[in-house]
Amino acid sequence: MIHSLFLVNASGDIFLEKHWKSVVSRSVCDYFFEALERATEPENVPPVIPTPHHFLINVLRHRIYFVAVIQSEVPPLFVIEFLHRVVDTFQDYFGVCTEAAIKDNVVVVYELLEEMLDNGFPLATESNILKELIKPPTILRTVVNTITGSTNVGEQLPTGQLSVVPWRRTGVKYTNNEAYFDVIEEIDAIIDKSGSTITAEIQGVVDACVKLTGMPDLTLSFMNPRLLDDVSFHPCVRFKRWEAERILSFIPPDGNFRLLSYHVSSQNLVAIPVYVKHNISFREGSSQGRFELTLGPKQTMGKTVESVLVSSQLPRGVLNANLTPSQGTYTFDPVTKLLSWEVGKINPQKLPSLKGSMSLQTGASKPDENPSINIQFKIQQLAISGLKVNRLDMYGEKYKPFKGIKYMTKAGKFQVRT
Amino acid sequence: MEWASQLCENRGLGSKMTDSKYFTTTKKGEIFELKAELNSDKKEKKKEAVKKVIASMTVGKDVSALFPDVVNCMQTDNLELKKLVYLYLMNYAKSQPDMAIMAVNTFVKLVEDQGFLDTLKDLISDSNPMVVANAVAALSEIAESHPNSNLLDLNPQTINKLLTALNECTEWGQIFILDCLANYTPRDDRESQSICERVTPRLSHANSAVVLSAVKVLMKFMEMLPKDLDYYGTLLKKLAPPLVTLLSAEPELQYVALRNINLIVQKRPEILKHEMKVFFVKYNDPIYVKLEKLDIMIRLASQANIAQVLAELKEYATEVDVDFVRKAVRAIGRCAIKVEQSAERCVSTLLDLIQTKVNYVVQEAIVVIKDIFRKYPNKYESVIATLCENLDSLDEPEARAAMIWIVGEYAERIDNADELLESFLEGFHDESTQVQLQLLTAIVKLFLKKPTETQELVQQVLSLATQDSDNPDLRDRGYIYWRLLSTDPVAAKEVVLAEKPLISEETDLIEPTLLEELICHIGTLASVYHKPPSAFVEGSRGVQHKRLHARAGSGESAENTDVGQTGPSEAPSAVIPSQGDLLGDLLNLDLAPPTTTIPSVQPTMQMGAMDLLGGGLDGLLGGDLGGSPSMGAGLGVAPAAMPATLGGAPAVGGGLGDLFDLGGGVGMPSGSYVSPKTVWLPAMKAKGLEISGTFARRSGVIQMDLSLTNKAMSVMVDFAIQFNKNSFGLAPAGPLQILTPLSPNQTIDVSLPLSTVGPIMKMEPLNNLQFTHRQIHVHATQELNATFENTQRDRGNCQYPLSLLFVEDGKMDRQVFLATWKDIPSENESQFQIKDIHLNSDAATNKLQGINIFTIAKRTVEGQDMLYQSVKLTNGIWVLAELRMQTVNPNYMLSVKCRAPEVSQFVYQCYELVLRN
Repeated sequence: MIHSLFLVNASGDIFLEKHWKSVVSRSVCDYFFEALERATEPENVPPVIPTPHHFLINVLRHRIYFVAVIQSEVPPLFVIEFLHRVVDTFQDYFGVCTEAAIKDNVVVVYELLEEMLDNGFPLATESNILKELIKPPTILRTVVNTITGSTNVGEQLPTGQLSVVPWRRTGVKYTNNEAYFDVIEEIDAIIDKSGSTITAEIQGVVDACVKLTGMPDLTLSFMNPRLLDDVSFHPCVRFKRWEAERILSFIPPDGNFRLLSYHVSSQNLVAIPVYVKHNISFREGSSQGRFELTLGPKQTMGKTVESVLVSSQLPRGVLNANLTPSQGTYTFDPVTKLLSWEVGKINPQKLPSLKGSMSLQTGASKPDENPSINIQFKIQQLAISGLKVNRLDMYGEKYKPFKGIKYMTKAGKFQVRT
Repeated sequence: MEWASQLCENRGLGSKMTDSKYFTTTKKGEIFELKAELNSDKKEKKKEAVKKVIASMTVGKDVSALFPDVVNCMQTDNLELKKLVYLYLMNYAKSQPDMAIMAVNTFVKLVEDQGFLDTLKDLISDSNPMVVANAVAALSEIAESHPNSNLLDLNPQTINKLLTALNECTEWGQIFILDCLANYTPRDDRESQSICERVTPRLSHANSAVVLSAVKVLMKFMEMLPKDLDYYGTLLKKLAPPLVTLLSAEPELQYVALRNINLIVQKRPEILKHEMKVFFVKYNDPIYVKLEKLDIMIRLASQANIAQVLAELKEYATEVDVDFVRKAVRAIGRCAIKVEQSAERCVSTLLDLIQTKVNYVVQEAIVVIKDIFRKYPNKYESVIATLCENLDSLDEPEARAAMIWIVGEYAERIDNADELLESFLEGFHDESTQVQLQLLTAIVKLFLKKPTETQELVQQVLSLATQDSDNPDLRDRGYIYWRLLSTDPVAAKEVVLAEKPLISEETDLIEPTLLEELICHIGTLASVYHKPPSAFVEGSRGVQHKRLHARAGSGESAENTDVGQTGPSEAPSAVIPSQGDLLGDLLNLDLAPPTTTIPSVQPTMQMGAMDLLGGGLDGLLGGDLGGSPSMGAGLGVAPAAMPATLGGAPAVGGGLGDLFDLGGGVGMPSGSYVSPKTVWLPAMKAKGLEISGTFARRSGVIQMDLSLTNKAMSVMVDFAIQFNKNSFGLAPAGPLQILTPLSPNQTIDVSLPLSTVGPIMKMEPLNNLQFTHRQIHVHATQELNATFENTQRDRGNCQYPLSLLFVEDGKMDRQVFLATWKDIPSENESQFQIKDIHLNSDAATNKLQGINIFTIAKRTVEGQDMLYQSVKLTNGIWVLAELRMQTVNPNYMLSVKCRAPEVSQFVYQCYELVLRN
């Protein structure tokens, strides 16, 4: 299983290492550094790197490479999943997962890693159980610990671990009982030059924040469950019930968790909420190029498109861009050739536009590549697939919980070709 | 202190160890006290003592002196105590290695005695799913390191328990259980179906590793389901969505998923045939994801979706990343070959791309257009003009070779083909082998098509290839063409311009048996590397090759044929090129650099008026089959002289392979002298095997003719011979071909072709050869009705005539000879007298030529004939000689000049030997 873990920062330094079995020398990372050097972009490092005696499996998140060392045949997805889980846990504990945060909390980091993996085998990876074992650092606790010399390690063994519902601890008590669900959908799409959709799909998740006393048993039903034909559930969901009745029935973990993720790929169900009109052109022999971009709403079911951010990697030959936005601000980095335009809201009456000229290197030939435009946006109170929660019921406990549901649509990898 | 108690608690010791009393002992003689307690009879006291020891250990006190006493405590059935000892052991094992080994032995004994393994096995049936999962993980790990121990014996009962636990244990446990399930072979299709039904819900798991492990189980068990079953179709449909979902995860996950999907679409393309769009590349995908997606797009391309795919590929061809663009261009070509209806569109797309004039795009496009021409001959040659325009911009060997192939293939339609090819010829020696071979072939093709204008060109290329090149492949090909052209141009036309077999639709498919094995390893490193696990994972010794189990036939034979299609029996046809392909490859199409090394065969240049391809050939071959030691063109030469590619298919047209054999024989007097066999290894020395032999050089190939006589009572089998390092690197070019056992008093004659590429070490004398011979004696004992074998190795010694190493192209140019003769200092000259020879100069010349001593010039001065002769050895050493003969005096005078004077002596021996016989 997983032998060791090295954390490597963006400048290629190992700033943390953890070994679960024997100590593997740092020099094993040289193979990783070689691959890093070969890669043109930081994200292009291949995830699995063979070395004479080990395999290195790495993930890149928050500009930190998490490099796991394995010695025998281990499913790589197993390792990759675990590494992502480690990152999620760090983020959960420290708010952010940066080199600084990890270094500040190095004791907790080691405690967590020690609990998450036992002799290379995953042990406690559920955030609920982990939080019982190791208390997340708070300012107060840090102060207390510094004075008393105690640690964050919990006094008791987690109760959930050996029960039938390992994801929930027993004896949970709240004065305010509440259950919130967020339906968040991300649209991944490729739009071609003429504005027609090449591919579009929706990655949806239902994230929950459940703070309920005791052992509540919840059921969640949807108005249109047929949309959900490709789903992955949190282990708490009773799959049989879903198969039979299309109802989500579960005893929730305590706190934040992802109840469900789903995927809508059939194209007629995916509405595209924005359109882009663009004219990026270069003339042969001229050192100037034209740049015109206009955004507009489309299929938004009456909701406003917000937090719009447009970015585009302009061709290498472009020296500078001189543009005028009708709203928001734009920046152009002449080194990376990255153009980004913070648009803000799209007002259907006054469409935002960015127009102007680009200057090319004198004498350079017309660029071959067509820049593609990346768009980010948010739409509140809308799940673009049309998914709607019908009702949420609670059994097993007597009190009346406070229930809430929120919808949001975001752009995932939304790209427009020019 | 608290930390220490935490430590114990975290280890799961269970007891309430809030007490810090273990840390408080401060008395003198503490160690002594502990020692006494450790050796106490009371169990409780012992345990307390060990706890105290560990407490001391954690605060840094040295308690290593107690090692033997603590280890003694291990022999108990109290698990808690055992764990404590284990903790202690871990800490001190390094400082007391000898003791630790003893302790470990005790552990091993305990494990064996108390049957922990049995306990572990029992735990599979535990009621807690977590326990089951961990037990499975532990057993799998043990089974991995002990491949022969049948630890996880899976039967329907345990499988049932595993499936129950599957629903309830943690995600990681599910992976272990699913991987374990995948090793099970269901008894029939009903069991297989029921397992599939219970595994299917895992496809909806949030953990992608669980999903992929579930996919593995389903892919494997699906094989056993009847295809007409409704459930089979349902299952196929259920597999697509989870695979698609994996592609929306983080890029690293996507990469592993894509590598596995690549296998799945090769095995069962129907699963994802409608999901083409999810493999469309996003511009911010990491490059490793992009390349994998592209690969799968081509695999899924069909008539139904080709328009979309092509539009995408064209889009990719304008991206920034060079590697990706190249692969995209290549993909367009692969689409053209795969989907016939789209070929025209693909070609025009490629032409558009060529118009962009982006250097690497153009080169890549030309390489794929060549493949398209092979698939659809005489269909798209209208584009050739466009291609020719870009001739100058090609700087990569592959693109140059492809372009040259196109020019040669369509020479009759390109007006200035000769000019084009000539332009390449200028820098012939700077080109890579690939281009050189291609250029040679293309010019020969051109010559056959337009013989009048290109005679000069073809001669130029042939001489460049045969005389000025030191690449054996190129030289051999040059000679083949040369001989073909000079003997029978009609036959040459038939061979060189033969219709080529079409190339197969799908390239780089994984070989079916490997694919089956990889399907069984979905989700593992093997599936990422597309290599069998045994090929690269360290410590996976004894990994059993997993195979898909086809459905056990229950009467429906129609199904079986269906299954058979995926089996290994039929499939090789797609992977191993057919004979026709080989021919095509050799003559026209080896655009990949040849990988075989051919022992250098250097036939003479004299083009006799031999009927090379006519009927005489068969007769010649047939006559020689007898295998007598003095035959002219030995049959035994064939395996050594033929390139390995041909060796696989010896039946290629008959004539082609034979060309190699005969080549060397041309112009060689048949009666060249071979000394009689001498005994090299007497029977006395070699436990009853007598080896006698001699050497001969036939058709440019050195041969060792051996006679093996069994003078023992036992039957001998499995002969092999090995040479020690020797002065000229002689080594067997192939194994000793003795197929039949050698019975007592039987003699067998065998010819062993030799090469001169072996390891070199100067021997004394220079021509000495030491060899080791091995044979296996089989003794039959009648009483026991059984046979015994023992292997016998013997060392032998022999000397070979140096003439063995005289090569056929040893004729030096006159001018060079003169210059060299002057150049070599006179101290390197040796004089020898050869007495009592009664030959005239012509006869001597002939005889000497038989062993490749060539006469360059002859002078007659005052009744004295002077022959100036040259010899070249296999290692490139030239020997110059002057032979003076007087008509009245039977004694010849020989002066030998060589830069390596030590060989002169042996050259003289050769002269004497050949002139006397």
